Parts: sequence; structure tokens; C-alpha cells
Amino acid sequence: MTTTKKRLVDNDGAVSVLVVLMGFLVGTILVALVGKNPLNMYKALFQALSGYNIDNGRMNVRYIAETLNYSVPFILCGLSMGFAKRVGLFNIGGEGQYIMGLTLAQTVALLGPQVVVLHWILAILSAIVIGALWGGVVGLLKAKYEVSEVVSTIMLNYVALYLSRIICLQLPGATTYKTANFPTTALIENRFFQTITHNSLLNNGIFMMVAAVLLFWYIMEKTSLGYGMRATGFNKDAARASGIPVVKSISISMAISGAFAGLAGGIVALGSFKYGRVLAGMDNYGFDGIAVALVGNCTALGTTLAGLLFGLLKNAQALMQGKQIPKEITFIIQGLIVIFIALRSALKLYQEYLDKRQLQKEVGVK
Amino acid sequence: MSEYAIEMRGITKTFPGVVANDTVTLQVRSQEIHALLGENGAGKSTLMSILFGSYSADSGQIFLDGAEVFIKNPNVATALGIGMVHQHFKLVQNYSVTENIVLGMEPTKRRLLDLKSARAKVARLSEQYGLSVDPDALIEDISVGQQQRVEILKTLFRDAKIIIFDEPTAVLTPQEIDELMEILRKLRREGKTILLITHKLREIKEVADRCTVLRRGRYIGTVDVAGVTEQELAEMMVGRAVKFEIDKPDQQAGRVVLSLKGLEVTDSTGLTKVRDLSLDVHEGEIVGVAGVDGNGQSELLGAITGLLPLSQGSIILDGKNIERYTIRERIEAGLGYIPEDRQKFGLVADFTIAENSALKNYYHRRYTKRFGLLDFSAMDGEADSLIEQFDIRSAEGAATKAGSLSGGNQQKVIVAREISLSPKVLIVAQPTRGLDVGAIEYIRRRIIEERAKGRAILLVSFELDEIMNLCDRIATISKGQIIAVNRQDEVNEYQIGLMMAGSRAEAAQ
Repeated sequence: MTTTKKRLVDNDGAVSVLVVLMGFLVGTILVALVGKNPLNMYKALFQALSGYNIDNGRMNVRYIAETLNYSVPFILCGLSMGFAKRVGLFNIGGEGQYIMGLTLAQTVALLGPQVVVLHWILAILSAIVIGALWGGVVGLLKAKYEVSEVVSTIMLNYVALYLSRIICLQLPGATTYKTANFPTTALIENRFFQTITHNSLLNNGIFMMVAAVLLFWYIMEKTSLGYGMRATGFNKDAARASGIPVVKSISISMAISGAFAGLAGGIVALGSFKYGRVLAGMDNYGFDGIAVALVGNCTALGTTLAGLLFGLLKNAQALMQGKQIPKEITFIIQGLIVIFIALRSALKLYQEYLDKRQLQKEVGVK
Repeated sequence: MSEYAIEMRGITKTFPGVVANDTVTLQVRSQEIHALLGENGAGKSTLMSILFGSYSADSGQIFLDGAEVFIKNPNVATALGIGMVHQHFKLVQNYSVTENIVLGMEPTKRRLLDLKSARAKVARLSEQYGLSVDPDALIEDISVGQQQRVEILKTLFRDAKIIIFDEPTAVLTPQEIDELMEILRKLRREGKTILLITHKLREIKEVADRCTVLRRGRYIGTVDVAGVTEQELAEMMVGRAVKFEIDKPDQQAGRVVLSLKGLEVTDSTGLTKVRDLSLDVHEGEIVGVAGVDGNGQSELLGAITGLLPLSQGSIILDGKNIERYTIRERIEAGLGYIPEDRQKFGLVADFTIAENSALKNYYHRRYTKRFGLLDFSAMDGEADSLIEQFDIRSAEGAATKAGSLSGGNQQKVIVAREISLSPKVLIVAQPTRGLDVGAIEYIRRRIIEERAKGRAILLVSFELDEIMNLCDRIATISKGQIIAVNRQDEVNEYQIGLMMAGSRAEAAQ
């Protein structure tokens, strides 16, 4: 019995599941405390997950598609955070990298050559490249001059936001909040998805996301590049002493990290909107990505699952409001999950305490 | 009145995953020097920490002069007349000796600090116990041996009747050790009870009256030191017969493989830690760098391995100047390194044994295939063979996380990796620190085997025994300079001790 429990605590995945359940449990209690029926919350979540409306028995796949679509930027930004974290870096700049990706994708969409397929590929590639540069600069500063990546990424988030405004206000047809419509060659919509999901916003971005997840897994777990990066993340001194090019690992990992977030920006820009946005504030996908990665233990699979969960919560918001549940409850649940994740080490301490008691019993201490 | 000044009965203390003390008994007579002997991890420090109040025991009782006491924290211990001289001194560098001694119990007169009377008391105590410490000197200006005496004075100033010494000779030169032994005898004559924690048998034979031996947290026995030999003590400590000397066949050294010329290294604060250091290491030869910790050894190692920048000088490995090489290029050129801090620099604790054994050559064709794909089964295969060859004990073979191995087995993983890379030059720093006797024997034997294969080996160690046992030539380092290089058979420990203290002239005699 104790060994199973110990194995559970040692298993990061199991802890994450536990943490999510605890988040929902406390969220449920809160809903009950404000005098609403928690069941309605779960009905909304179920509908967002399966498309099935329990109250009227109707099925609509569109909800599933929207959940998936919402998950895409969460997952990508989670990968961004997770990749850097595995190399021992705390990339708080996912938001900035996302914004730069979004901005450049919009710019290329409005100004680029309107050639079928090539146009949107170019826009997405620009988003990836600018994200990689935006992150790579931080990596270079960190590796060469020991500039804290936490500070520089936070700063660059603001640079990105205001730079984005300056750029987008110059784009064709720009008003204070939007630009002209994108030419259709720039869009990444998927007609087939639209047909089968009753015009959901689900688009080709989901394929790019899946490719990104596979790439993350492949680089990190399978290649020698990833091996060097993981070694750097676990023990920078030993990695360096063993001849692993730590400076290179850090720069490259921040660039790859930024590329994921940049891609997220590109997909949101070209998939969820028909026009360019002049951002007044941040979309927060980059910040939510931090939580996604932490819940997902910075692995490819874990981050994907956590991202789907966050997408589910986001899609369920509107449905909850329809059922008199305040949509803010989803933010509370997300917040709780993050807090409980932080308690992971407390759980380990508790396990150590139990081990110690067990040992004391074995050697006969009263 | 009880026969014993200190009696600890049935002490048990557990930490997560370890029983540090298992119903341990310790009986120390009044006014004796009582040695506490055991290997690293035998539970000596835990037992003393319990006596000093730093830890509380899970169960067991402590009696002082027959009366049971409850030592909740070090302040209680101090009040009961127990003092401790820690292995790592707890002194404020830019305070005077007197200021350091009164720290925490500053004497006052009309609410003002009264250092004058304290100074007088320090001077009197120093005189009484023959410590010859200047009460007004700043800590940063006095030697390590003197600093240790300040720690002793601290306990005396607080009227300690019982003084615990935690591995007191680890940081001292042989001369300073002799002086410390004299001080211990003096303290006993003046009526103090001394508890000496150590794993050095010679010191016990020299100075202790009785000795309690611990092994793996258990009480093995207490003996009169006069009635046992070092060999018998060693067997009690380890639990089996021990061989002290290593067979080291005579061997002709070959050509120069590593040549250090005029090295100068500065640390991060800009202080010059190694100056004008030149040294050659030949094929099939072990050259030892002897010296007290902190005399530029780690900076020297850093400069050779590439971890620290070199300000001046050249490093020639097998004819090639490598001082501008990156760390990886140096490894490729044939430089092996067994670092002193094995957990910081030697291993990635979260990696498996397999991953750790490929740490320096994972990018070679052997492991990295097309598209950068790693061949994990090749890694496992190599690790399995190393585990077999080097007798690495692990729970799950090649898939065991390095962090879960014992210290000795962690060191074996590093030694296995470095040796398997067949380096031309092997840099070895403190290879046996913190290991148990079995592992020490094993690691030393492996180093001798590498010598037989014709490797050039540079060994840095603070243990003079190790240097004397393993090396063909000994370079003594003091304040970042090589004082002299001698053949092992033309110097003794005493002469090296003098040179470690920095005096070239006396050594020459």
C-alpha cells in the first residue's frame, strides 16, 4: 500500500492528475458556496468536451472543434515554456514572442504576395522566425552575459506589445483596433472542418500544433541536441565540465522556445480572425502557457493534455454563463491548479515524513 | 557521581530513508580523550549533533555526570558545558580574535560593550592552555591552525568541560596536526573531557585513551586504545580485513604528455590564485599535487580543464597547445577529468547511469545516428559493460538514476566513464573523498592500473596519505606556487608538510 502511494507521489503525471482533480473539487465547493448548482458547471464542461447538451439532448460537434481550436495556442505556448524549462530556463516571454509572431503574420498577410498556399505559409514562417529571434536574443544574452532571462523576457513582453501597435497602425486600413480584412490567400481556414463542425473556427493550425508537439518530443527525447539540453537543464556545471556547449544549448533552446510561441501567434492571427488586430492589451496565451507547461510537467504529452484542459475551460465559459454559472469560475480553477502544482514539493515532503515514520516503526522507536 | 562524564544510551535517529543511529551507546569517562571512529556515513556526526543539540534523537537518553539531561538546542549544550569545534570554522573573517570569541555573549559594563575584560580572559586562557593566539589579530590574517585554536578558545571562554572536535585534522598540515595533538593532551591535563571524531587511525593511536567504533549507524564497541593495533581498529571500523598499502610496481615513466608552463590563474574577484606554475607529467606516471585546501588547487584544475580562464601560460597536451581549446576540444584531445565535487561537476543526478556514461561522447557516431537520433540501446549496452567491469552496484542497472546511487558507486560511474574514454592525460581530484574503505581501495587500484597502461596522471589531493601512497612524484603547492617537485621516495610526510606551509628552505635540509 505504502509503495503504491510512494510511486504515485514520485510519478509526476499522477501528481498532475491529482492536482487537477483538487482544483475542480475546490472549484465545485466554491460554486456551491455562492449558491449555484455545481452540476451546471459540469454540464457545461461536458458539453464543451463532447458537444452533447445534457439538458436538451442535442449534439453539436462545433463545441468539440472550438475546444480544440482554443487549445492550440495554449498547447503551443505551453511547449514554449516547457522547452525552455527543460533546459533550466524560465521563459516568461512567451507572451512577447506570441505577440511578435501574431504581428508579423498579420503584416505578411496584408502586405505579402497573394499567391495561393505560399501566402499563408510565408506568414506562418515569418511568425515562427520572429518568435525564434525574439526568444533567441534572450538566450544569447543569458548565455553570453548572464542576463537573467526572467527579467529580459518580461521587459521584452512590453516592447513586443507596443512595437506591435506601432507596426499594426501602419498596416492598410488600420483603425485604432483593427486593420483591413486579410486576403483569403493568407487565411489558414479549413473548409472541410468548417463543413463538418457547423462553421467552427477550427483551422489548419491544429496540424501545425500536432507537428510542433511531435517536434518537441523528438528533439527533446530522441536527439543528441535534446540530450545536451536536458543535461544542461538538470546540471549546468556537469554539462559544461563534460564539454557540452552550454552557451549554444541555452541560445538554441530559447530560440526554439520562442518559435513555438511565435507559431501560436501566427495561428491565432490567421485562423481565428479575418482581419489584423491592433492589440490594446495582451492575449495572455503566453502567460497561460506557463501554467499549462507546469501542469504538463514540461513534457510533450503532458503539455498537450494540459493545453486541452485549458482550452476546454475556456470554451466552457460561454456555456457556463448560459447556465447561470459565473464564467470566472474557470479562471479560479486554473488558478487553483497552479497553486496546487506549487504544492507538489509539499506532497513530497509529506511522503518523506511518512517514510521516516515507517522507518522509525521498523527500528522500534516509540 | 557516575563513572562517566557523558553517557548516551540507546540513541536512535532516522532521516528519510536512512537510520543514522541505531540504538547507539557512548560512554565517555571524565578527563579522557575519547575517539569516535567510523567511516563516512557511520553516524558519528549525527551522534555528536545530538549531543550538541543540533538534532534531537528519536529515542534514547543522555546523561552528564550521571544526571539525565535534555539538550534541545546548542544553547542548552553550551550551558551544560559542552563545546564543539566544527570542521568548518564559524568565524567572522574581518573581526579580531577576541571579537569572534565573545560573539553571541558579548560582555557589557554599564550597558556598553566591554571588550577589555574579555580580551584579558582570552589572553589568560590562551596562556593557560598553551594556544599562543594573539587576541587582537584579525581572523583573516592568521593561519588555519590558529583559526582552529580560536574555535577552541571559544569553547573554553564559555567554560566548556567537554569539547567535541569534528575531524579537526582535515585542514591541517602534519606540523599543525602535531601541535593540535599537544593541545589536546594539555586540555586533558587541565581537566577537560575530549571527544574526537575522526576516521584517521594514526591520530587515535597517538592521542586517544579509549575509542568507540560505529559502523553503518550501529555501535560496534569501545576499546582501550593502548590494547589494540591500527589494523584491529580498521577491521572494527570496516567489518572485515583491510589492506592499507597498495601494490604499486616500479615502472619507467615515458615521454612528457602534459606540460604546464608558467600558468597564472585569477579567480572571479581578480585575486591571483595560481602564479608562474610549471609542471610536467610523463607517460605512465602519477604526479601528485600536495597542499592544504585553498592554495590554488581548484584554480589550477579549472585552468587545465577549461572551466576557468587562464590569464597566462601554456598547457601542452601531447605536443598540442590546448590553452585556447574549448572544454570539448580538450576532451577530444585526450584530457580526462575526475572532479573533486562529483555531484556538481561529475554527474547529472537526474540522468541514468547509461546517460551519464555517454555524457562526454554522446555526439559521436557511436551514439548519434542520422537526423541527430540518439541510439539509446548503444548507450545501455556500453553502460552495462561498464557496470560489469567496474562493479557498479545499482538497483536497476543501466536505467538507475545516478542520484540514487551511493557515493562510492557514483564515483565509480565517473571513473568508469573517464577511463573508458582512454584519455592520454587523466586529471584526478580528491578521488576518494567521502568514500568508504572498500570503494577507496577500488578507486586507487584503478588509478594504478591506468598508470600501468601508460596514462599520464595528475592527482590533486588534500590527503597526504593518498599522495604518498599513489604518486611517483610529488609537487607541493602553497599559495598558488609549486614549492618543489620531489620523487616520492626522496621525501617524507614531514618535509612535505613544511613545504605545504610554504617554506622551501627548511624542506631542502
